[in-house]
This record gives sequence, structure tokens and C-alpha cells, in this order.
Amino acid sequence: MLLRTKGKPINIETHLVGKVTRNPDQLDENSFLLIDSSISELPSKNYMGVLSRQDEYEVKNGEYVVFKIPTLDHLTDGDIVSVGNDGNINTLYRVNSFHNTLLATERCNSNCLMCSQPPRDKNDIPIHYQIHKKLIPLIPKDCFELGISGGEPTLMGDLFFDLLSQIKTELPATEIHVLTNGRSFAWNQMAEKLGELDYRRLMLGIPLYADYYQVHDYIVQAENAFYQTILGLHNLARYNQRLEVRIVLHKQSIPRLTRLAKYIYKNLPFVEHVTFMGLEYIGYTPHNIQKLWIDPYDYHDELGEAVEFLAGQGMHVSIYNTPLCVLPERLWKFARKSISDWKNDYLPECSRCSKLNDCGGLFTWNLKKHSEHIRPFTA
Amino acid sequence: MIDAKPDRKSRKFREIDQFDLNEKSQYYLLPFRFHRITDEKEIIVNEVGDYLTLSNGTFERIVKRQLDKEKDAELYGDLIANFFISEEPIPPLIDVLATRYRTKKLFLNYFTGLHIFVISLRCEHTCHYCQVSRVTQNRDLYDMSIANIDKGIEIMFKSPNPHVTMEFQGGEALLAFDNIKYAVEKAERIADEVGKGLTKVICTNLALINEEILEYCKEHEILISTSLDGPKYVHDKNRHKPHASSYELAIKGIELSRKILGHDRVSALMTTTKLSLAYPVEIIDEYFNLGFQGIFLRNISPYGFALRTDKSKYETEKFLTFYKKALDRILEYNFSGHYFTEDLAKIFLTKILTPFNVGFVDLQSPAGLINGVVVFNYDGGVYATDESRMLAEQKDYTFKLGTLDDSYNDLFFGKKAQEIAQLWANEALTGCSECAFQQYCGADPVHNHATQGDMYGFRPNSDFCQKNMEIIRYLIVLMESDNRIKKIFESWAKTATH
Repeated sequence: MLLRTKGKPINIETHLVGKVTRNPDQLDENSFLLIDSSISELPSKNYMGVLSRQDEYEVKNGEYVVFKIPTLDHLTDGDIVSVGNDGNINTLYRVNSFHNTLLATERCNSNCLMCSQPPRDKNDIPIHYQIHKKLIPLIPKDCFELGISGGEPTLMGDLFFDLLSQIKTELPATEIHVLTNGRSFAWNQMAEKLGELDYRRLMLGIPLYADYYQVHDYIVQAENAFYQTILGLHNLARYNQRLEVRIVLHKQSIPRLTRLAKYIYKNLPFVEHVTFMGLEYIGYTPHNIQKLWIDPYDYHDELGEAVEFLAGQGMHVSIYNTPLCVLPERLWKFARKSISDWKNDYLPECSRCSKLNDCGGLFTWNLKKHSEHIRPFTA
Repeated sequence: MIDAKPDRKSRKFREIDQFDLNEKSQYYLLPFRFHRITDEKEIIVNEVGDYLTLSNGTFERIVKRQLDKEKDAELYGDLIANFFISEEPIPPLIDVLATRYRTKKLFLNYFTGLHIFVISLRCEHTCHYCQVSRVTQNRDLYDMSIANIDKGIEIMFKSPNPHVTMEFQGGEALLAFDNIKYAVEKAERIADEVGKGLTKVICTNLALINEEILEYCKEHEILISTSLDGPKYVHDKNRHKPHASSYELAIKGIELSRKILGHDRVSALMTTTKLSLAYPVEIIDEYFNLGFQGIFLRNISPYGFALRTDKSKYETEKFLTFYKKALDRILEYNFSGHYFTEDLAKIFLTKILTPFNVGFVDLQSPAGLINGVVVFNYDGGVYATDESRMLAEQKDYTFKLGTLDDSYNDLFFGKKAQEIAQLWANEALTGCSECAFQQYCGADPVHNHATQGDMYGFRPNSDFCQKNMEIIRYLIVLMESDNRIKKIFESWAKTATH
């Protein structure tokens, strides 16, 4: 799915953030007019600017413009974009999607073997923060859920809390899901500060890959990460934060998986949700595939025991990113259609499958690396 | 506050051995205890009740620092992850261990919850093992007076516990139903005023139950707790009622109570007598067929009239054999897809398999007497436990905390309470302090006093110790040898905590 495009900028000096519309009646000071083909006359009201596919563009009133854009087909009225002085148009918010995420930063203090979005060490925190500050007031108030991910969002420091408190004010009805490694919350004052926000719609998704520190630290490629994450989870629980534990399934996490399930029940019984997630074939994963790959079909026993143990103890458990045909049927009730629309796909043979509508399918990039046991169900 | 710089020089991937925080392979022992559970296996249990079963000799290797981090990698990881050893003198997650410990002792948070009102000592049954009751019409002598009910309620609401339970016992409590009504209504009024939760329970043999009483119970949300010892031929022999079948009355009463109050508002308790020992399967079947979801296999308590007759004397060994046979039968029901629990096992399993705990008077430490329960006797005496007032019927007032005329502080924090408090924690009792099952068991100064002559007790020949240790050992061996049983036990433990 196309999420960015580029054209020729005129008059743009700083990052602009606005909604897009093709309907001149809908225009206001926070929106761009989309022009797919030539129009006779520009509306005579105050609006943010013009995004046009036209090859030529004549500026009339000093308006902000990007023209010669190859396509605008991916944009729907109400979508929110950022427009840079380089003519880059990034889609920040899609009005018809349940999977909108704010990228807090590309920095990270871990370096997971299977990171799907490898970190970069440049300081991008201020620019992202500025863009999000403009974006958040424009997001529709009925937005159901909004994600915040990275990199590691808590590296924003104080800005992290500013961002959350702005969202809480602007979008009081929206569920917020933050993906963080939780390590920063090993420092109690970080957890305390989050607690002070008193944000009941906020849920933190925190990865945990083993019950034994050395295995977890190896997987996330950071010393002391396990101890920091566990202390972080406990500190967050102390301030009544809603927590989700996320476990990526691969060759390094499978051997201690059932022990990890017991560990979570014994030491983290307060978490609201435990998710077991199939491996994404993107980012670092292709590079580390020898260390990581195990066919999902071959970890049935471990996964089944872990999932059924936790569910049996009354915990809420889900399996993500795993097609139904590679799961034993008794685990289907835990499988969720978890993959965001823009990166979700199926294999050609899936079109013949009678369970297609119930199945979460694959990541687009996993079409290249998937279980050997994908078979269409024929009714 | 947060260092935004990456904590590494490059993003080149490193191998797992580079994430070893302890290359010297030195380790420190955290507090844990051990026990041999079979000829081949030993168990180690840590301070918060997590256990590992190991092949014999492993414990010795652990304490002699003979583990090899590479050769014993899996075990080493298990020991670190489960708080048995640490690579630093103070483990990095010691705060987590502390939280776990607090969670295990959470039953202490609210102080006394259960308040037993011995509303009348009179009874129309003449059970041969009965510990206290009297067959008499003398209300003045054997019913709790209105004045004492008032004082009992006043003291009950002085408990810091935000939710108190008022349980009416006898004798046969229903012989004093008018007084129960008075007590219920008064306690409800006060609970409303002070904003406390109030649970009400009537313990009755159900012989006197009728629709009118049950409608009242329904209106006031009163739970019914009754006695059922098994099939008719066991129950009627155990629980003698002149000119009638106690069993028939109990069954009729259970049915009527369920009809009016709802199925789950009626519970039954069984007592194992010498006669019961021959019928483990039949007793389980009786409970199962009556639609109960479980049974509490209780051995007879060594108090009051119970020990006076040879008929009720039997050895713990025989009870254990009975218990195991009965548990086998219960597991058969579970194997065939039914949910049916043994409730003593359920208490132990909650302690063994979950991070939580259950308060149960003699299976917690500090013990539940005073901390969890107190008894207001019919004559105004205040006792530490139900068993304590039974000793009093033999003129043994060791556990009498005072009378309802005494102040709350004198009763709950007075000299007697202090004396008992010296001996109510198994962490500090010889024979318990080093026991692997300490976290799963409890202290029972009343039992020690009644059976061995002093509150401290002597573990080597204590029947309490013999019974609990063997049941705990047996439960662990069962689930460690059969994964189906482990799953069943896990399902029992879960429901005990929610």
C-alpha cells in the first residue's frame, strides 16, 4: 500500500500537516485541495494549499503547492498528510483504517535480531514531535484506536509524556496502544510519571522473549534488557498501567516458551493481554534468518502448551500473524486477524480456502518466507 | 533522565555467550528448602512457593556450587529464573520477589473476616462424634442472649476488614432462628451505615429447614452450609437423630434450599469418621450425584467429644489411604470431562501452582486464628477458633481470648493473643522452619495444644504434619508424573483464586 509520494514543491518552507479533500466545500485552513486533473478556478477561501497531479502549476496567491505528483489515488477525503519542503507527501493518518500509528522515533536502545523496522541512530525526535503536535488535533474525534511505535518511544523522554497528554486531551475517546520495550520504566520515576497521567485508554505493549535473562538479552541484543523490562513491568503495574506482553515466536524463543508462560503467570499475573506473534520476514529478519527460522508448524506443541496454560489460568491470550492452516484447530479460538490492512496478504492458493474470511493471512513480506504447511481448507 | 544515545558502539549482532552477565560462573543461594519426594526425585521450593522437581543429588550439586553453566544450561536458567540462585549477592529482581512475597501474604491485609456466632448449643441430633452439642430445651442456658448478640455485632464491625462474614453455628443454629433474624437485620443495618460488605451464613443440618426460613434466607441473601457425610448408610450412622433419618432430611433440605436460594447458595461439608474410611468411592459418588462441584475431605478433629469414643479414633495413615482412594475417584470424574474438585487439594494447589494464596485457618502462616477468624460462643466467651470453643467444653480455656464484655483491644491484642502469636508462624517453628512445604502449609497452635499438650507442638509425631506433608507430596508426585492430572490441578487452582 502506498503511504508516501512526492512532487514539486512551491512556497513550502517547513513541514505542513493537513487533511486532504477533493471537495472544495470541505476546505478549511487545515486542509489541502487534491487536484487529480485540471480545474478551472481555485476556491476563493482560506485553506492550507494544493496537492496536484498537474504537470504545470501557476501560483496565484502565494499558496503552498506540490504539483506533478504521480498519483493521488491512495488518498481519501479526510486522510491527513505531512508535506515537506522537499515535496514529500507522507500519509500520517488514514480515515478509513483501524490501524493508524504514530512513529515516535526511529531510535532504539535495543537491536532485536528480528526487528521489523531496524532502528536508526539519528536524532529524529524533535521533527517527529513537531509533526505529531500538528497532526493530533486534526485526527477525527471518533478515531477508535491509535498506535504509537518506534524505535523506542520512551527515548523521547519528557516529550513522550507531552505527546500522550496531548492525545488524551484531543482524543479522549480513542484507545492508545504504545509499543515500547519497557526498559525505561525500570526507573520508577518514569512509571510514576505515566501513572500521573491517569490514562485509562492507554495500553503498553511490551515484548518478553524468555524467562531467563541471557536468552532475552541475546534476542534483543542488549545487556540487562531482561531485568530492566521485568522491573519496568512491575513499576508500571504499581501505577495501575494496562499492560500487554508480546512474544515473537522463533528459534531462539521457542525452547523456553512454556517456561516463559509459567513465568508470566507467576511474576506478571497483572498483565491484561499476552500475545504470541509469528515472525515477520522484513527488517533484520532476512539477515538473521538462519538464527530465527522455525516453521510455525513445528512449534505447535510449545505454543499450544503455553497458550492453553495461560488461558487456563484465566489470562487473556491471543495468537497473531499466524494463518489458521498452520495452527492446530484447538488453538483457532486464540488466533486474531492481527495484521494491519496495509501489510496484509494471502498466497495464491488461499483464494480457494473456505476459511479465508476467518484467517489473518500473512504479512505481505512473508509471502517470500512462510510455513511449508499452508494449505487451503476445502469445504 | 533517559540516555537517548544507543548503548553500543555498533549495531553488529553479537552471539549469546556475550550476554552472559556472570562469566565466572559464581552464584549465590537464595532462600529455598528441599525434600525427597520419591526414590528418584527431590523437590526444591523457594520463599514464594515456586518449586522445581529434580533428580536425586541435584540439590547437593546446587548447594556445593557444582553446577556448570554450560553443561547444566537448562537447569541453571531455571534456577535463576525461578529465584533459587542469583549471580549477584542481591538479585537484580529482588523487588519482584518482594512483591511476590507480599502477594503470598495478602491474606493478612485485612485482619479478621470470619465471625462465628454460636447462636445456640442446643441440638436435636445425637451424633456420636459431636464435639459440643446438647439435647435440651433450656434456652436460657444454651442460647446466645440478645445482649451478647449485640456485643458480638459491635465487635465484628470494629474489625478493620472492609468485608466481614457472620456465620451462625450450633448446636443446631435453626433452633434459634428468631435470634438469627434479629442478628441478621441488626448487622445489615450497621453494615449499611458503616459501608462494609457483609456475608451471612447459616450452618445447619437442615432437619428443621422449611420454605418460610428459606424465603427469609433468600430475601437476606443468606448462604446455607450443611453437613453430609456420604451415602445414607454412612451419614445416618455418623449423624444420629432419634426416630428419623438425618440423611433423608439433609437431602430434602438440600433440594429445597437449592430450589429457593439457587444451586450455588448451598454447600455441604463432610467429616470422615472411622466408618467413612471404608467408603471413599461411595462418598465421592454421593457428592457427585447430588450435583456438587467438589467435596472437602476433612478428617475428624481431635477435639471435644470426638476423641472420647474409640469409634472415632483412627490413625492418620488410614485417613491418607482413604484420601488417596477418594482422590482417585475424583480424578476419574475429571478424566471423563467433569469439573469436580477436592477442596483440601484445591487449597494446597493454589499455594503450589499460583502466585496467590488462600486464607484458611490452619493452612496459613501466620495462622488464621484471630487474624482471620474469631468465635463468639453462646455464653459470651470469645475464642480464637471454632476448635478452641470445643476445647472449652472440656473445661480447657487455653484459647479463650476473653468475653464479649471485654474491649476490642483486650480481645484481639491482649495477653492471650500475644501468647498465641508467638507460635502461629511456621517460619519460626522447629520442624517447620526448614520444611520444603512450609509455604504450602500453616501453623495450628490449637491443634498442637489439643493433640500434643503444648502450642508449640512436636513435628516428628504430629498427625497434622504427617497428614499435610503426605498430601502435598502426593499431589506433587501425581501431577509431575501425569500431564493430564497437572492440567486438572491447574484448573482447580485457578478457580480458587478468582
